Amino acid sequence: MADEVILLDFWPSMFGMRVRIALAEKGIEYQYREEDLMNKSPLLLKMNPVHKKIPVLIHNGKPVCESLIAVEYIDEVWKDKAQILPSDPYQRAQARFWADYVDKKVNAVARNVWATKGEEQEAAKKEFIEILKVLEGELGDKPYFGGETFGLTDISLIGYYCWFYAYETFGIFSIESECPKLIAWAKRCMEKESVSKSLADPHKVYDFVLGMKKRHGQE
Amino acid sequence: MAEEVMLIGAKGSPFTRRVETALKMKGVQYEFMEEDVSNKSPLLLKYNPVHKKIPVLLHNGKPICESLVIIEYIDETWKGTPILPEDPYERAKARFWAKFMDDKCLQPLWKSCSSQGEEQEKAKEEACELLKILDNELKDKKFFGGDTIGLADIAANFISHWFLIIQEVTGVEVSTKDKYPKLYEWIDEFVNCSIIKENLHPKEELVAVFRGRLQAATATK
Repeated sequence: MADEVILLDFWPSMFGMRVRIALAEKGIEYQYREEDLMNKSPLLLKMNPVHKKIPVLIHNGKPVCESLIAVEYIDEVWKDKAQILPSDPYQRAQARFWADYVDKKVNAVARNVWATKGEEQEAAKKEFIEILKVLEGELGDKPYFGGETFGLTDISLIGYYCWFYAYETFGIFSIESECPKLIAWAKRCMEKESVSKSLADPHKVYDFVLGMKKRHGQE
Repeated sequence: MAEEVMLIGAKGSPFTRRVETALKMKGVQYEFMEEDVSNKSPLLLKYNPVHKKIPVLLHNGKPICESLVIIEYIDETWKGTPILPEDPYERAKARFWAKFMDDKCLQPLWKSCSSQGEEQEKAKEEACELLKILDNELKDKKFFGGDTIGLADIAANFISHWFLIIQEVTGVEVSTKDKYPKLYEWIDEFVNCSIIKENLHPKEELVAVFRGRLQAATATK
């Protein structure tokens, strides 16, 4: 039976990128549908009535919402290749813990790095670097967060990498100088086709953020 | 091989309770270490250096943190009553609703009773919308997990116990049986489940914990 897989997404979304990467890792054919977040499609509102957000993975008509939940779903359904979560329960718990850390900590702070000014921005930059340093500490000398293989935690974080140029430009700081190991990790991930094809162009992300700032009267 | 399972937690915490429920569902013997969250122990800071929060499960000396992560670990490690379903789609739904409780419901429900003025009014409005969503989700089933309790029901323990008590203690009325009939039916079923019933904290204990928390919340304003 042919599977029908649709992804409702928005090109600069680091959450959408997580699902794109997982689908690419597994070699799954799917239909990508770009959503206009100012004018959400009836399909999006029907498939995610609770949050009305992207990404939404629709598998044979059934919706899976929330990016990390969709990634785990993909891993469980298409289990014969490119395992995303490790087999050992303790390692799985660590992967989920760190993916959850990325979700809880990175997003809110990252937004303030580009969306605020003055003291508020300085505080956001400081917190952002602190969070990245914690992640860098967890990575250690491993090639990926999960060890030898690319996995859930890597997928949860890597989408932010294409936003770093925008953060650095608007925040006037260098992430690489503070977290060189993390940047090395990101470049290693970008060598994977599943990642390089799923992430947005950093300059386009910058233009997008500039557009958002202008709309909110910040530029 | 003798297993060593220890749970570092706090009696009044719904997050700790969730983990205890999961352990009891699997019949796991464990040692409980009560943590004074206002004066965190070196052990807690050692085993959860990132968040410094309870609950922390220690299994043969290895720590697992974050209640929902811990519950999935428990489900994968010990056989017995399953906490998550087997079907990947049903698992995704269970995780969705558990996350919904944590990400969306906890703060507004707590604030609807513990805050004041405009903040409280806004939180009450939000709480009502959220409870309506939950009430609607339960329209065709007994539990969030279907016929038996699962991850999402355990995650919703805040609503089945704590929220009702907070409303009683503060005198604030946000949820009623008339407004959310299905939710109240769920509360009844959930609380009467033997695994939950046998392990309920005495109400007075929870009331005392919440009076303390509310005092602290108003004192910091």
